Amino acid sequence: MLILTCPCCGQTGEESEFHGGGEAHLKRFGPGSSDADFEGYMFMRENPKGVHFERWRHAYGCGKWFHAARCTMTLEVFGTYPAQTTEPPKELRDKISKKRPGWSWGAFS
Amino acid sequence: MSKTVTALNGASWEGGIAHISEAPQQGMITLLGDLTAAAVIKAATGATGQEMPAQGKAQCAGEKGVCWMSPDEVLVLCPYAEIDKTLAKIKADLGDTHSLAVDVSDARALFVVQGPNAREVMAKLAPVDLHPATFTPGMFRRTRMAQVPAAFWMQEEDAFNVICFRSNAQYMFDLLKTAAQPGSEVGYFAAS
Repeated sequence: MLILTCPCCGQTGEESEFHGGGEAHLKRFGPGSSDADFEGYMFMRENPKGVHFERWRHAYGCGKWFHAARCTMTLEVFGTYPAQTTEPPKELRDKISKKRPGWSWGAFS
Repeated sequence: MSKTVTALNGASWEGGIAHISEAPQQGMITLLGDLTAAAVIKAATGATGQEMPAQGKAQCAGEKGVCWMSPDEVLVLCPYAEIDKTLAKIKADLGDTHSLAVDVSDARALFVVQGPNAREVMAKLAPVDLHPATFTPGMFRRTRMAQVPAAFWMQEEDAFNVICFRSNAQYMFDLLKTAAQPGSEVGYFAAS
């Protein structure tokens, strides 16, 4: 069970109050991009054992999207942060580094 | 004019570990806008005589109140007979501030779950930490109850007000009855 806190409205609930939105921080490649870029954007996903970044929506609450960092193995939630960003905040990355030294995920570590 | 009634015509149920009843008609107005804007605060507080609620709180007295729904939405409660008057006052107070105020009274159903085990009945249905130290009277929570969206708040210890969509009223009533069936006490909160 995941316990998430919505950074928008501050409410804490169990995951069934939320809706998962897949991997976070995807960079979109649209019309005019190369086939390889588009394939990467469309199909290639991280599948980590450990630190993972995801998008979630507070479906039964304020309705807003946000980001969450969690561990896929222990379901520990490292933190949540607003959707209006293209990378995890430094504080959160530092916090994860303390708990999971040497972690890396996509371009982040 | 036709006579309006609540979704389940005031159904109630006793005999379980909590008393479940549908509340009489209650005026509800959804007010969307910047909750820090003076006009929005004036509209919400002026119509109810209640202060603006903090995040996750409900400020209620009797049939009047203001409930926090999300960072840009409050639910204004007023007597059912005074909706038109209240809504007109809210709209006048809002002026041309970017906002939205709509009467949603007949789109909702309101239930009251009462009794020493009310907390347990609610905890069985919602993914919310309802420990007495965490969820206290005056708090408001918008969430899910089994399969439907719902919101609830505690007016006082051992009494929850639950709102859901009117089309879900029968489902919600049956759900609460099931969660409160005789002998279904868990005793979790009593023990902790």
